[in-house]
Parts: sequence; C-alpha cells; structure tokens
Amino acid sequence: MLNDWLFVGIFFVVAMFLPAAAITIAGFLAPKKPNPIKNSTYECGIETVGPAWIQFKAQYYVFTLVFLVFDVEMVLLFPWAVAYNQMKLFAIVEGVLFVLILLGGLVYAWKKRALEWV
Amino acid sequence: MTGLQVVFLLIGAVTLASAVMVVAAKRVMHAALWLILALVGVAAAYATLEASFFAVMQVAVYVGAIAILIIFAAMLTRRSMEDDPARLNKGWPAALLAAGGLLAGLVYLFSRWTGFSSPARALPEGGENIAALGLALTAPEGFLVPFEVASLLLVAAMIGAIYVAGDLRK
Amino acid sequence: MSFWYDPVAFIAEWLRGVLLGWGMAPEGAAFVLTALGAAIMPLLAMLFVIFLIWYERKLIGRIQNRFGPNRVGPFGLIQPFADMLKIFIKEYITPIGADWLPYNLAPVLSVGGVLLIWAVIPFSATIMGVNLNVGLVYIIAAGGLGALSFLLAGWGSNNKYAMIGGFRSVAQLISYEVPMVVSLLMPVMLTGSLGINDLVKAQTIPFIVTLPAAAAIFFITSVAEAGRAPFDLVEAESELVAGFNVEYSGLKFGMFFVGEFLHAFTISLLFSTLFLGGWRGPGAETYPLLGFLYLVIKTFLVYFVVILFRGSLPRFRIDQMMDLTWKVLTPLALVSLVVTALLAKPLAGIPALQAVVLFVVNAILLMVFFSVAGKRATPKRAIVGKPRPLATPHHEDVSA
Repeated sequence: MLNDWLFVGIFFVVAMFLPAAAITIAGFLAPKKPNPIKNSTYECGIETVGPAWIQFKAQYYVFTLVFLVFDVEMVLLFPWAVAYNQMKLFAIVEGVLFVLILLGGLVYAWKKRALEWV
Repeated sequence: MTGLQVVFLLIGAVTLASAVMVVAAKRVMHAALWLILALVGVAAAYATLEASFFAVMQVAVYVGAIAILIIFAAMLTRRSMEDDPARLNKGWPAALLAAGGLLAGLVYLFSRWTGFSSPARALPEGGENIAALGLALTAPEGFLVPFEVASLLLVAAMIGAIYVAGDLRK
Repeated sequence: MSFWYDPVAFIAEWLRGVLLGWGMAPEGAAFVLTALGAAIMPLLAMLFVIFLIWYERKLIGRIQNRFGPNRVGPFGLIQPFADMLKIFIKEYITPIGADWLPYNLAPVLSVGGVLLIWAVIPFSATIMGVNLNVGLVYIIAAGGLGALSFLLAGWGSNNKYAMIGGFRSVAQLISYEVPMVVSLLMPVMLTGSLGINDLVKAQTIPFIVTLPAAAAIFFITSVAEAGRAPFDLVEAESELVAGFNVEYSGLKFGMFFVGEFLHAFTISLLFSTLFLGGWRGPGAETYPLLGFLYLVIKTFLVYFVVILFRGSLPRFRIDQMMDLTWKVLTPLALVSLVVTALLAKPLAGIPALQAVVLFVVNAILLMVFFSVAGKRATPKRAIVGKPRPLATPHHEDVSA
C-alpha cells in the first residue's frame, strides 16, 4: 500500500507542478506593461469605492456548518457501508437509525428556515 | 536511513514549520493557508502509517469542510483584511517559561518510555480492513453506543448553531 | 501479439527489462516506473483538454444551429492550438493590493485538484494509476481541494465582486457535495469496498439499473460541482461579471478554463466508471484494450449529455439552486439510502430479483420526489402591492 501512496504523492507533485510551470513560462513570454489604471480592480467600469470588504452574510456560515455535520456523518457511514454485506440485520438497522436521526436534524433546519438563501 | 524514514522526517518538518507559521503569519488569511498545509501534512503522516482511510478522511473533512469554515469565520471580522501589527504580547517571558517547563516535562516522560526501543507490532496482512471498522462500529460489544450518540451529538451541534445564528431573515 | 492485447503493460515490462539490464536494482526499477507513470498521466490529461475544447465548441455550435470553429485547420481542429498560443502570450494584469499567495495558488490548485482524480480511475482491467483501497473517498477529498481554490481566487483578487462570486461558488459547491456523498454510499453498500476497480468489477449489472436514484443524484450533483450549466451562475458571463475570476488574465484565466473543461470530462469519466460499468463489456478482461475502448465510448456518451445540458437549459437562480440541493436532493438521497439499506441485504442471494426490486423502488422514489418535493421546496412568496394597469400607447396625439 505504501507504493500506492508513493504514486499518489508523485502524482500530486506533478499535478501541481504542471500548471505552475505553464503559468511561469507564459509569464516569461507575455509582455509586462503595468500602469495604475490597468491595474486597478474592476468595479463595472467606474472607480473603486471603499475597501474590498463586504458585509459577510451569516447564511454562508450556517450552510457550511450543516455541510460539516453531514461530512462528519459520512466519516461514520462509510465503514458501515463497506461492512454492509457482512452485517446482521441488527447492525443495518442501527445504520438506518443513524441516518434517520440526521434526517430529523435536516427537517429541523428546514423548518427553522435556516436553509433558505435570504 | 530508509526512504520511508526520510519521507516521514520531511513530512514532519513541513507540518511543524506550517504550524509555527500559523501563529506567526501577519495576515489571518495566510495563517489559514498555513493551517491547511499543516492539516495536509498530518494526512500525509497517516498515509505513511498505511492508514489510508484516515488520510483521505482527514483531507475530506478537515481541508474540505473545517478549513473553509475557519476561512469564513475569519472573514466575518472586518479586521481580517488588515495586517495584524503586534505579533508578541507583553507576557511573553512568562509564556516562554511555562512552555519550556512543559517541554522539559514531556522530554523526561518520553525518555522513560520503553516504546522507543521495542519493535513495532506488525500490521495485519492485506493492509487495513475498513469492513472490520464498520463491523466494530455497529457491534453491541463494540462501539455501537458511541456511534449512535455521535449522530445525536451532530444533530445537537446543528440545532445549536442554527439557534445561535438566530433568525436569519433579519 | 501481446502489444495489442495490453499496450501499457507491454511497454512497462519492456522498460523494466531495459532498466534491469542496465544493472539497476529491482526496487529502483519499480520506483522509476512508478515515477514515470505518475508523471506522464497528468501530462496526457492536460494535453487531452485541447481535444475536449474543440469537441465542446463544435457541439455547442451545432446545438445553436451554427458551425463551430471551422476555419483554422480541417474542421477547426487547429483552433484550440491557436487559442492556446494566443493565451500564452497575453499579459498578466495583477490588480493592486492582490494577495500574492492566494491569487497565484488558486489557478494551480483548481487544475491540480481535478488532475488528482485521474490517479485512481481504472481505464481498463490493467491500466490504472493505482487501485487505492479508499479511492472513492479520495475523489471526494480532491473535490474539496477544488472548492478551496475558488475561495482563494475570490479572496486574493482584492475585489468586492470577486469575493462575492467566490463565496457563492463555495456555498454552491459545498451544498452539492452533501447529496453527492450520500449517493456514493449506495454503490459502496452493494460492493463492499471503496476501491474504484473493485466497484467496476462488482458491476455484473451496471449500477444505473439497480440504483437509478443514486445515479441521477450523482449526475446532477456532479454537474453542479463542475460549475457547468445550468448551475453556472457564479461564473456566468452576464452575472457578477465572471465571478471569482474577474481579475485573472492570460494563462491564469486559461488554467481556470482548462480546469473547468477537465472537470466536466472527469465527472463523465467517474459517472461511467461508477454507474455504467466502466471498462466492463464483452471480452474486456481478456483484451484490456477493448475495455479501454468501452470506457471511452461510455464517457463520451455521458459528456455529450453534459454538453447537451449546457446548450439547452436556462440557468438556475442561486436560491433555486440552494432549494434544489437542500430540500429535494438531500432528503431524496437519505431516503433512498435507507430504502436501499433495508432492501438490498435480504435479497442479496438472488441478484436478478434484487436488481428488479431496487430498480422499481428507486424509480418510485424518484417520481415521488421530483413531483412532490419540488412544489414544497420553494417558499410561498407574498405579492406586495397591487398590480398596476399596463401602459398602453395613446393614438389620438399622432398627427397624420
């Protein structure tokens, strides 16, 4: 198995290196003529007003949190799914109970209007 | 020094360096990026131990969800756009003393541990066995109760977060 | 003869013989072969994108009742090369105040995250990067890396609109990851392993027949994860001015573009591997090259459907997208997971009956959900104000 991970490691390095190399090569080939108007940030054609900070909606945080809960649920469910063929009915029902509890949590979030994009 | 040991030392050095940079970086965003590198380093350490499931779960959950959560939380504050001027606070000699004492204590404890000189247990044939993990998680004499309590804990966390966020339509 | 049966293994064995003949130790030869394989595969994938760009442009052109590019070279085949040359020599305009590290890391990470998926996909019975025993979760993790790159792009550009686009893009990606992960649990249940090659080998009946709900959910969520139409709100040209990549020019923008096309092809590859049987087909085990051909045919069929989606469907609004994933797809995925879990084990001894029962139950679930849940998902919006009379033109004032 370590050979597998060695392959993945080398693959990761090459996969990161290739676009970086291409971007660097293009950096040499391309002209470089910066001037202040060209380099100013885009704001639909007018001059930039104010710093680049926006009022962050709390909605993003709630979405990310619900996603995190389901992600951790996935960590616990994948071993259950892998062992599915060897399990007794009791164990299968336990996994189903796990999923149903989380479904209940989703319904709660739905009812409390936490899943809407306001 | 086998190849595996060299790789492990490299991974350990990268993880430790990024962990130091998390607290030493000037901008919050850079600190978050160093944290992501430290988490990936931990996942690589899991991979060298042949615990593939935990390596990929570490990346999927920590880098894919928790790092994004941390970056969103950092962006909630207006000051995240500015550089943080002060790196050290006034109490740093006392903190250095306490950390040094803790380090000395840990080194003393580890020097008396026999695990460094005894050979490691051999891993079972065929690598890791995720099916065994699944069976253990649902066995009544295994980890059944923590498994179900974990789901309740997750739902409680979700309910708590939604309650604290309040009525988002305001 | 054996070259045509299995070209890649033939070349690998020949190379190993050459290396051992030079006196290298066997571990060294294995390492060199591993490194060579790991280096050539991403290169081939990136070069393949050139063909994909041509294919998509021609197909979109035909859907829109025009020829695609057809001037540069026969059938416009040289067009992507010309575009590549042009984009290589464009200037990088870096906005003032852009954070150097996230701004430059984002395009690299977006392409790298997609390329990582190619390491675990089996292209035939013997050609694959590596049969990682946790391949499926590895794919989910690589998708998470891609989502991170959009956040970095939005943040690093020092631009309000890029930041809004980046946040929206990440919110969309993580919301669609939930039903995708739950739908991937179902093939794992029927297979008993997380390795992709094991999943392909277990498909004596393709999983699209036994698990149509999981296949439908996986397809829809993958198209949303790739940011393709109809889910391409966050980088659509007419909304938010290209979203998170507004401040990118030259090859950095080209890398986002390449990443998106490669991601679209990769999800077609994944769908045909996980649900259509991958390299399976008559005679695929004895002639691995035939297995590769089957996979190519299936993938291009699915890719055709993905491009068809782009050419014919209007774009979703952001709140419609979020309603779709949280209120329709996630409950559907969870309910079908429960139903499949309760039904698949008792019928495991009789594959044909199991397949039929699962198919029927899944089809019922799909129909029920897409007819009922769709109506209940969107909240009722109250109409504010009275309807005003329409403005009609007055004709009395017009003089002859």
